[in-house]
Amino acid sequence: MKNKINIIIIFISLIFCFIIFYIGLDKPNTYTPKTNTEKNLPIFKAKDFTLNSYINSEEIFEENIYYIVNIWASWCIPCRKEHPLLMELSNDQLIKLIGLNYRDNLNNAKKFINELGNPYTQILIDKDGTLAVEFGAYGVPETFLIDKNKKIIKKFAGPINKKIVEEIKIIIK
Amino acid sequence: MLANQIGYYSLILGVLFSLLLCGVSIKDLNSSSKQINQNILSLSFLQLVLVIVSFLSLILSFINSDFSNETVFNNSHTTKPLFYKISGTWGNHEGSLLLWLLVLTLFIFIFLIKSKKQPKKYKLLTLLFQEIIIIGFFLFVIVTSNPFNYLFPIPAEGLGLNPILQDPALAIHPPILYLGYVGSSIIFSASLAAVTQNYISKEWGQHIKKWVLVSWIFLSIGIMLGSIWAYYELGWGGFWFWDPVENVSLMPWLTLTALLHCILVLEKRGALTSWVVILSITTFTLSMCGTFLVRSGILNSVHTFANDPARGIFILIFLFILIFLSLGVFFLFHQENDKSTNNFFWLSKESSILVNNWFMMYFLSVVLIGTVYPIFLDVISAEKISVGPPFYQKLITPFLVPFLLFMALGPKIKWIKSKLENKNSLIIFVITSVILTFFILKNITTDLLFYTILISAAFFLLFTTSRELFFQKFNNISQAIAHFGFSLFILSILFNGILSSEIITNIKVGETYNYNDGEIFFEKIEEKNKSNFNSIIGHFKITNDEGKVTKLNPEIRVYNQPIIITSEADIKTTLLEDKFLVMNIVKGNKYFNIRYQVKPFMLWIWISVLIISLGGLMSLFKKKYEK
Amino acid sequence: MKTLKIFLIICLLASFSQLKSDEKNTQLKNSILKNIRCLICQGQSVFDSESDFAFSIKLIVNKKINEGMSEEKIYEFLREKYGDWVIYDPELNKNTYILWLLPLLLFLAGGAIIRKNLIFKK
Repeated sequence: MKNKINIIIIFISLIFCFIIFYIGLDKPNTYTPKTNTEKNLPIFKAKDFTLNSYINSEEIFEENIYYIVNIWASWCIPCRKEHPLLMELSNDQLIKLIGLNYRDNLNNAKKFINELGNPYTQILIDKDGTLAVEFGAYGVPETFLIDKNKKIIKKFAGPINKKIVEEIKIIIK
Repeated sequence: MLANQIGYYSLILGVLFSLLLCGVSIKDLNSSSKQINQNILSLSFLQLVLVIVSFLSLILSFINSDFSNETVFNNSHTTKPLFYKISGTWGNHEGSLLLWLLVLTLFIFIFLIKSKKQPKKYKLLTLLFQEIIIIGFFLFVIVTSNPFNYLFPIPAEGLGLNPILQDPALAIHPPILYLGYVGSSIIFSASLAAVTQNYISKEWGQHIKKWVLVSWIFLSIGIMLGSIWAYYELGWGGFWFWDPVENVSLMPWLTLTALLHCILVLEKRGALTSWVVILSITTFTLSMCGTFLVRSGILNSVHTFANDPARGIFILIFLFILIFLSLGVFFLFHQENDKSTNNFFWLSKESSILVNNWFMMYFLSVVLIGTVYPIFLDVISAEKISVGPPFYQKLITPFLVPFLLFMALGPKIKWIKSKLENKNSLIIFVITSVILTFFILKNITTDLLFYTILISAAFFLLFTTSRELFFQKFNNISQAIAHFGFSLFILSILFNGILSSEIITNIKVGETYNYNDGEIFFEKIEEKNKSNFNSIIGHFKITNDEGKVTKLNPEIRVYNQPIIITSEADIKTTLLEDKFLVMNIVKGNKYFNIRYQVKPFMLWIWISVLIISLGGLMSLFKKKYEK
Repeated sequence: MKTLKIFLIICLLASFSQLKSDEKNTQLKNSILKNIRCLICQGQSVFDSESDFAFSIKLIVNKKINEGMSEEKIYEFLREKYGDWVIYDPELNKNTYILWLLPLLLFLAGGAIIRKNLIFKK
């Protein structure tokens, strides 16, 4: 009798393992951080692109509207692709764009902006990439949507596309 | 091109022969003759030949850079040196499966030849169980992983082999490793066959022990080669990272070691029969499980093969069929002997081997759970965690202390019932170990208590096995050598860990960097062009505080197809220590980032594994000189 | 003169202890960096990786150590930004109880089974 129970337990555990492995096969094995938890906006000080002086995060995000923080660099090719969409978003009155220039050369970055246009209300310099870490970013481009309560409500790793732009537009209405 | 056809049709013929072989064997089961049908031996030989032909065809395609073959196209390049073109054959998923088939068919053939005196039905059933595995792999290759897919139009150049895989240690690591854990298939098949025949006995134990030893020796050396490759090639100076692929090769080794010890009990006393069968099943199951984890893409690792979930599903189903089949056979046929044969006196060799099993199963559970738990967690709760070296170290290291002590005392305990003899010398050894360790360690580490306990346990094992080896008559030399090797292994790893030092800095040509114990002078840069890469060689002179100068020349290689940049460390190895220097480009300026490590006793880590394997080898040839 | 000597000795001692604590800090920094996974080259630790991400993390860890943040707090900070996956050592929380305890439970169970089967009387 004891033997029979053992056999049944082993059988069920094996089926369980099989199912887990079977489902596990479909999951991606590379890791991307979760994008759906709300996080607080980090508090920081950063250097402004044009003014060459430090500014507090509270001053940057002082208005009661939605903000987008977009991490970009002149050497990043997908950033070029998403730039027109950022220009489009910058025309919307309900939202302001803050750019984070990541691990970049100032002159190259300025050339990039002059060439493709400036969608940003303000651009911050992140020469060593530590500011991006405060946002929980790990690569470029990455885009964050911040609501009126100063919480990061959406995170997009990689270049944004039309679908994402639509999603943002719906949220900010 | 012709090689492609020959290779493919050999596989088709091979699986047909396997089926034929099964048919003939089943018929022979029922025949009345005492010996197995000679045709079976010939058929099994033909099966092996067909696999060899297929394998050679693939090698030929690689040598000729025949890019009409998709596998060759994906994994080779005309500028690859010849040696690496050949080893590229098994450095990819499809080719390595041919290696699986080669070892499977080779081992069953050798088994049939070497088991002339074994009972007929037992041999036939072993063949049948092995053929289930062989046919499964034939189907796996032909259906999902054909090495002979035809490409048209024929590309002019291949996609190239990963340069990190162009290394001598890595070239021979798969064949040796496969002889180990694919070789455990024969133990699997033989145990299942023996169970159905109620043949798990002392005689069978003696017969199967050779196979367990062969598999174990190859597996030990195969794992060591993988570590050596990681140490020399990957550039971070480590040799074991508890990476899933490494864990997956370690797990069958743990069960195989436990099995080896249980076979001793089986041989001598006819006990622990259930353990033997279960461990035999588990070893090969873990090998298959490892194949699944590594080739299906379910785990994230630096050295996984091509990730294809379709292949994963095939192996998963195949794996579970084998598990259910083997467990089914076990539960249906296994007859527990007299209950009392498995009750041992607490101070006996049998019980010390039982204790060994206990610890081995614990270590196995740590490695297994650590490796697969993230998968379970991800599927059940979508949470992703990492299980890295700290987990394994924290759970394994404390248990090493009692384990080392048992390893020292176990061999001294007699069969059936024993008293602990020579208590005084043992106590002297304990005291000597602790005092010696304390004085060695007190100036070199801050974790004094922890390391003292651990290292003195290792010294204790060293002393007890040394005494057996050098001062006592040779009654069990192979075991003494293996355990002696293990104590050296633990001591080398621990001292290497405590005494290793590392310096990281950015430096440019002509600069000298000063550190506590010496200085590093960056003399010059040399550029070289080879057939498939360009290299930048840095010449460094390192002077330690005793004035001794070491020249190290790490390299940065820029490969051409595919374009990959690798750092080749320069390592100066002596018996006492390794000096390890690796160099990386710092983006955008003239500086180079260098990492200089001094690693004492590295060589002893490899030597001790060889000593352990030597112990196994001596046990294999024991009958030849013992009465 | 005497005060000058004392002053010099104190400076020397201070710089020694700074060296020692620098050394300790470096050791601590290295051991922390070896425990963090690189998100770009996902098979490497931040210590071994040359990627941009690893570079930034190295700076941040350095900064936080110099600010006096404990090792645990640094890991907490990174986990909050990137998830539990980013640290190699799985901390003991509701997700990992089984991970840490199951092997130990199996060990105890194994011990109990063996104990049952052993004969202790003469």
